[in-house]
Amino acid sequence: MSFANKRLGKELAKIHGSLPPGITLVTADGFQEWLLDIQVLDANPIYMNKTFRLKFKFSTSYPIEPPEVTFTQQPDRPIPMHPHIYSNGIICLDLLGQQGWSPVQNVESICMSLQSMLTGNTKNERPEGDAAFVASNRRRPRDIDFYYHDNTV
Amino acid sequence: MDSEDDFMSGLSSDDDMLDDQSDNDDESVAEFGIDESDPELDFSHKKDTKKKKTSFEINFKVYKPEDIQRQQDDLIDEVNMILDIRKEDAAILLRHFRWNKERLIEDYMDRPKKVLEAAGLGPSTTGPPKLEVVPDFMCDICCEDEPGLKSFAMKCGHRFCASCYNQYLVQKIKEEGEAARIQCPADGCNRIIDAKSLDLLVAADLQQRYHELLTRTYVEDKEHLKWCPAPDCPNAIECGIKKKDLIRVVPTVACGCDYKFCFGCILADHQPAPCELVKRWLKKCADDSETANWISAHTKECPKCNSTIEKNGGCNHMTCRKCKHEFCWMCMGLWSEHGTSWYNCNRFEEKSSSDARDAQTKSRVSLQRYLHYYNRYANHEQSAKLDKDIFIKTEKKMVQLQSASGMSWIEVQYLNAASHALQECRQTLKWTYAFAFYLARNNMTEMFEDNQKDLEMAVEALSEMFEKNVNELSEPKLKVDIMDKTSYCSKRRDKILEHTAENLANGGWSWSVDF
Ligand SMILES: [Zn+2]
Ligand SMILES: [Zn+2]
Ligand SMILES: [Zn+2]
Ligand SMILES: [Zn+2]
Ligand SMILES: [Zn+2]
Ligand SMILES: [Zn+2]
Repeated sequence: MSFANKRLGKELAKIHGSLPPGITLVTADGFQEWLLDIQVLDANPIYMNKTFRLKFKFSTSYPIEPPEVTFTQQPDRPIPMHPHIYSNGIICLDLLGQQGWSPVQNVESICMSLQSMLTGNTKNERPEGDAAFVASNRRRPRDIDFYYHDNTV
Repeated sequence: MDSEDDFMSGLSSDDDMLDDQSDNDDESVAEFGIDESDPELDFSHKKDTKKKKTSFEINFKVYKPEDIQRQQDDLIDEVNMILDIRKEDAAILLRHFRWNKERLIEDYMDRPKKVLEAAGLGPSTTGPPKLEVVPDFMCDICCEDEPGLKSFAMKCGHRFCASCYNQYLVQKIKEEGEAARIQCPADGCNRIIDAKSLDLLVAADLQQRYHELLTRTYVEDKEHLKWCPAPDCPNAIECGIKKKDLIRVVPTVACGCDYKFCFGCILADHQPAPCELVKRWLKKCADDSETANWISAHTKECPKCNSTIEKNGGCNHMTCRKCKHEFCWMCMGLWSEHGTSWYNCNRFEEKSSSDARDAQTKSRVSLQRYLHYYNRYANHEQSAKLDKDIFIKTEKKMVQLQSASGMSWIEVQYLNAASHALQECRQTLKWTYAFAFYLARNNMTEMFEDNQKDLEMAVEALSEMFEKNVNELSEPKLKVDIMDKTSYCSKRRDKILEHTAENLANGGWSWSVDF
């Protein structure tokens, strides 16, 4: 069994046991792609009564390499409004980039980080240049050099 | 000249390596670079030490990989002695301070704890790094907990199994090209991995890659050092040019591998045009390429019989194979009218102002003006490429010429010299057209255009001689002519470069745009 599969197997066993409130596993067929739903627990008006779907893609060198994590749109699963989340679901978060990633992070801790990123947000807006980025971007999220100039948002 | 003082002050500060060698005997050339006469550093660029430096040449040094390594080792040894810390730690501190030794020592003397913390060296316990088997250990990366699992922790105490640590470092070094600032894998820990710990955790090939990358960061961290951009060249160049100098000097440097490039922007030699002008010109050419491409196409039709002619040599003198019509590739005019009146082909006649009144005409004129210069620029670029191919053929030609004429290998070297001069002059000519495009007319423009014309004529003449066949080349007279023309071309090139460089340094040129 590969390095990534072994670790993901252990994570999955733990996830089946319990997950923090507001995080639910949708599918985890195999060790390449998982879907999870998250909700914001406090009464943030931007995200009230909404559920968002996260897609995790793992490479064989996970967790040495970060997974590719994006929001994915469904009829009842919008892309959350946030100045660091593009309307195509790509997330600009240093934790998910090569520089900010630590291999001790896991699927659960990423979900929790994204939950708190939404919880603390007060701006009902998209990143600057969202339309142009979404129209022109053909790269995978991991190949994009986001400039994490403002981690306070 | 106060402009010189400016350059002096620009160089004299904050770099000890330059100051160490600043006892220049020739003040007039010291302003753009570094002195070459360090007795210890005999690998320096010494080609033309006897020749007086011209106004368009700057001082620089070429460093081989072992020189770069030694400079780092010397600095590490020095810090190791002065601060009495381990060499590995001295290296990490120096890298953290981007090799600014003075600032490191000063800060360290003031607040050693804070400096160590910031550099990722936190509180220390002694003892060399080692792999250990720790009871009840579980690795937070792979979640493995079997007994006997070998693990490693740096001084921060964050412990991971040896295999995870290894995979993590492989990822950082191989995939991400990191070396100087690899942090502990634990989340939020900024402890930097040191060379000794690294050697314990990864295989020999990766250790070597790591040290190569470390050496690279040394060059990348130093403002006065740059890698030679030639493919596979491991050398670095040191030059004291500062960014603010670039509007008044074009710092062309020549690496030990013979590649000439601009220290300011790392593009191939673009004298006499300053970096900013080059940047704009290249952008303009890229933007306007659709309109301009047709004119630089490699094929044209003979103006007399309309058969397609492909340019296959560097010379502008075209002879149609079909009808023997002779014409100029650039303007398509009769070649017989050129020889002495090349001038008409080199200077764009500004249209009368009455024409320009109409906005449509104006834009057409401005496009025409651009195309005029672009055409000549692209022509020399293309010719330089073709001359290069011809140079490869020239080697063959030189061999043939030896047997045809009985000349020795040394005696046919003049063809080699001619080929190099052609390359160099075309490179310069090419950029004189970009230069001219942005030039606003003043009392010096005419002199510039005359110089440009002289060089252009000399280059075309040499190019034509150069392309003669072996039988013609066996004539002793042609050899003398080629040698004369070669040195004449170089002189004309020096002339235009001196004139442009001097006036660039003293702000003598007027531009049609703001730089
Ligand atoms: Zn492990
Ligand atoms: Zn640590
Ligand atoms: Zn080189
Ligand atoms: Zn440049
Ligand atoms: Zn013809
Ligand atoms: Zn012509």
